[in-house]
Amino acid sequence: MRAKVEVFLKPGVLDVQGKAVENALHGLGWPGAANVRVGRVITLDIGQGTPEAARAEVEAMCERLLASPVIESYRVEVGGAA
Amino acid sequence: MKAAVVVFPGSNCDRDCKTAIERSTGASVDMVWHGASELPAGLDLIVLPGGFAYGDYLRAGAMAALSPVMGAVRAAAARGVAVAGICNGFQVLCEAGMLPGALMRNAGLKYVCKAVALDVVNAQTRFTAAYGEQRVAVMTVGNGEGAYFADAETLDRLEGDGRVAFRYRDNPNGSVRGVAGIVSENGNVLGVMPHPDRAFETALGSADGALLFQSVLGRT
Repeated sequence: MRAKVEVFLKPGVLDVQGKAVENALHGLGWPGAANVRVGRVITLDIGQGTPEAARAEVEAMCERLLASPVIESYRVEVGGAA
Repeated sequence: MKAAVVVFPGSNCDRDCKTAIERSTGASVDMVWHGASELPAGLDLIVLPGGFAYGDYLRAGAMAALSPVMGAVRAAAARGVAVAGICNGFQVLCEAGMLPGALMRNAGLKYVCKAVALDVVNAQTRFTAAYGEQRVAVMTVGNGEGAYFADAETLDRLEGDGRVAFRYRDNPNGSVRGVAGIVSENGNVLGVMPHPDRAFETALGSADGALLFQSVLGRT
């Protein structure tokens, strides 16, 4: 089964990269671009099993390694063929 | 006295730390590879040096925090051995959960490398006692992800318990409340972003870093 993890800085934690990208977009003529956040996407194959079990496993991976509990939040998607 | 410097793949201040400790304290210093699961016996100080351990993959310090040697470092810290993480070493200690908070991308997005003045906020920690009446220390920062972050509640606790050891006088990287160095709850683990290992003799522009090592190891 395939899993996808999106990791972003928590709301309230200043995303300096997002801020810089937002400023660059304004400079390129998109003044309406706002709340730009830069994150990270991690995809992986996990073994057979129910989607529920897979999700629990990937969430455990997030807690242990894939996201920093201090500054980052994450979102997990599971499903699809490996 | 006896110290060890841990060498991760990508460490680049490991030999600086060895020289700095030897010259400022007279202690003998062993180098320990990150794959070691045991540390030499009888250590008084373990240093996690600056650099880019594991290429800063995922997050600075995230991979190094899981390396075999960290189990031994954690056990030594639990026995009361002094552990100092400098720059990348500070990032490793935060990722390992041995210190609260995290180090983030600098507010200016640029790598900052320069001498900075620090307030010695608490001169009664195991790592700052030798500063005595000296309230300001000059050391060099060299970091791109050196902005310390912790939530307000954690910061209040750190400040209230005297666990902020050093604070930037002129914040170079956006560290929250100007925090440059903190100690663990029981005081034997230090994380510091500026480099005492780059400021241990006047020929380097400052000898104030030597006092940090002398605080832990004395001077012979």
